[in-house]
Amino acid sequence: MQYAIRARDLAKQYQIGALKQRNAGYVTLRDAIVERLRGRRAKPATTELWALNGVSFDVQQGEVVGIIGRNGAGKSTLLKVLSRITEPTRGRAELYGRVASLLEVGTGFHPELTGRENIYLNGAILGMRKREIDRNFDAIVDFAEVEQFIDTPVKFYSSGMYVRLAFAVAAHLEPEILIVDEVLAVGDARFQKKCLNKMQDVGQQGRTVLFVSHSMQSILRMCQRAILLHQGKVVADGPAQQVVGVYLGKGAHSIAERVWPDRASAPGKEVAYLCAVRVRDADGDISDTIDIRSPVTIEMEFVVTLGGYVLLPHFRLYNEDNVAVFTTLDLDPEWRRRPRPPGKYWARVTIPGNFLAEGSLYVEAALTTLDPPIKQFAERDAVAFQVIDSLEGDTARGDWAGSLSGVVRPVLPWTTTYEPLA
Amino acid sequence: MATLEPPSTSITSTPSSASTEMSLTPIIIEPRKGWWQFNWRDLWAYRELLFFLVWRDVKVRYKQTLLGASWAIIQPVLQLVVFTIIFGRLAGVNTNGIPYPLFNLAGLLPWQFFANTVGQAANSLVGSANIVRKVYFPRLAIPTASVLAGVVDFGLSFLILLALMVWYQWPPSPAVFLLPIFLLLAMITALGVGYWLSAINARYRDVRHATPFLVQLWLFATPVVYPSNLIEGYWQLLYALNPMVGVVEGFRWALIGTQPPSMLLLVSVTTAITIFFTGLLYFQSVERKFADVI
Repeated sequence: MQYAIRARDLAKQYQIGALKQRNAGYVTLRDAIVERLRGRRAKPATTELWALNGVSFDVQQGEVVGIIGRNGAGKSTLLKVLSRITEPTRGRAELYGRVASLLEVGTGFHPELTGRENIYLNGAILGMRKREIDRNFDAIVDFAEVEQFIDTPVKFYSSGMYVRLAFAVAAHLEPEILIVDEVLAVGDARFQKKCLNKMQDVGQQGRTVLFVSHSMQSILRMCQRAILLHQGKVVADGPAQQVVGVYLGKGAHSIAERVWPDRASAPGKEVAYLCAVRVRDADGDISDTIDIRSPVTIEMEFVVTLGGYVLLPHFRLYNEDNVAVFTTLDLDPEWRRRPRPPGKYWARVTIPGNFLAEGSLYVEAALTTLDPPIKQFAERDAVAFQVIDSLEGDTARGDWAGSLSGVVRPVLPWTTTYEPLA
Repeated sequence: MATLEPPSTSITSTPSSASTEMSLTPIIIEPRKGWWQFNWRDLWAYRELLFFLVWRDVKVRYKQTLLGASWAIIQPVLQLVVFTIIFGRLAGVNTNGIPYPLFNLAGLLPWQFFANTVGQAANSLVGSANIVRKVYFPRLAIPTASVLAGVVDFGLSFLILLALMVWYQWPPSPAVFLLPIFLLLAMITALGVGYWLSAINARYRDVRHATPFLVQLWLFATPVVYPSNLIEGYWQLLYALNPMVGVVEGFRWALIGTQPPSMLLLVSVTTAITIFFTGLLYFQSVERKFADVI
């Protein structure tokens, strides 16, 4: 076996300077000169942030390795360092073979150019030779399913076509080492599947793939091995199944379901304890992938051991940026202001479709007594699921394929009043 | 509420450090040391990208504007008209019998090539931020492409000069075959200034506002609207430090047969080469930071 990647003690420090913060993210020469003239006295306070802090690992040729971890764990920085986009502050990595990195689909696409022209431009940016593109041209067009529009400027493409073409180019790169960021979370479900299959083929051809994803499903499907990063360090490295388990808390098989088999391990106090939390799709099946258009049900199974209290089961959802999207309290009229007798309960809430934004959501399951308010349990990251926005045009994104910010993504009625110019 | 704190256990140890046979030269990633680590190998490997970037710039420029290619003609024509009225008629600049429009355009063409490409190059890195942040390739390709793409505009504008020469029945001088050399000198200067400005601009975003001003001042330090013989004595030496003086003088000589450039041309050439290499040096010394600051 040969090594494809050897990383030793990689570290990357970012200076978050006061200068930079003052000017909406960039430094001006004027400020730099003024600061210099004022001398060291007025040296701006800078915060040091180690995005990566001593990461070492080896990857054998032909391995498909998933990189997982929370936002801010250093995944993207690691990919950027290995892709040579940014330089490490410390450490060394050796890459054996041609490297292609795919941190975004459609990098460098120009709206005025036709599909054909963009294939060549994007291919060249990604490091393909012209004759390599020539050779793969038909396969790319075929994969993207855009034959008819290949000589149309891409600004006239639908968002789906655009993304398909962009991915198709990237999918036909032929490097020895492929570094991929979360780019598969685009396109409709069918196309996503096609992309995943393509990536798997790449792995099977003996090429090395490094793959970052928030979707544990994709990681488990694609990778034999996973590396878990936390605060810039490797905290677990091994078979994907086990590392994903570590990431989600031990013993989890699916991130959409978490079960505490016995009272001793279960979170809880004298009044109640938690047995299980589950995420169910519209069909009632446990699922960690939810179409943005369909409702999702979160279920909390708990046991009341000491009766006579009014209980407030509630869920709080956090997104990838650790923002609390909302808290929802049990408003079931049946049990509102009604003391609960001992027994087993299943409390469910259904979040409507076309409400949550795309991305990963982490569920905190909690229960409090109303009077006096005593927290019985509050289990952060009990379960997680992923909301996928299709590009079929009937979601809040309409025909827009680019990024859409916001913690929720509702479909809202719009009206327009029009008056021609006099 | 505690966040997920994964226990720091290693499930399996990472592969042992037993040496393996390496058939390829690896790509080494580590902090760069020293001031001259130019990666010629990569630059060569990405030569096709340079071609595609130039091709994109040209294609997009002529596709986007309503007037298309005519833009490269209208702009210098308008400028020529303005300069002819102000400097040729009103100020009555003495051009030794050469019709003023001809005199002016022969200098205006290389000047516009320089001014336009420097402007484009200065903003090129910041304008390509989305690519710089996401893909690796030699960054030098970006400002270089901006300058090379300007050659196409130059070629189109050149047609006006040809038309003007026919109109005035002014034959080119025997030195016309040296024209490419002076264009090359203009390119080297533009590349050098472009490397400097694009790199500074990536770091200090307010430089963008200073660039047009710099170019404007530079125009008046270059014999575009007036003949260089207005400058006398020791000032000539200082004047020749501006490489565009050599370029414009050379163009006029090669095209319409003004006085051949003096030995001071060597001063211009030297500055041009100095700007080019220092620009290259500065660019590659800050290149590694681009993705972090853009």
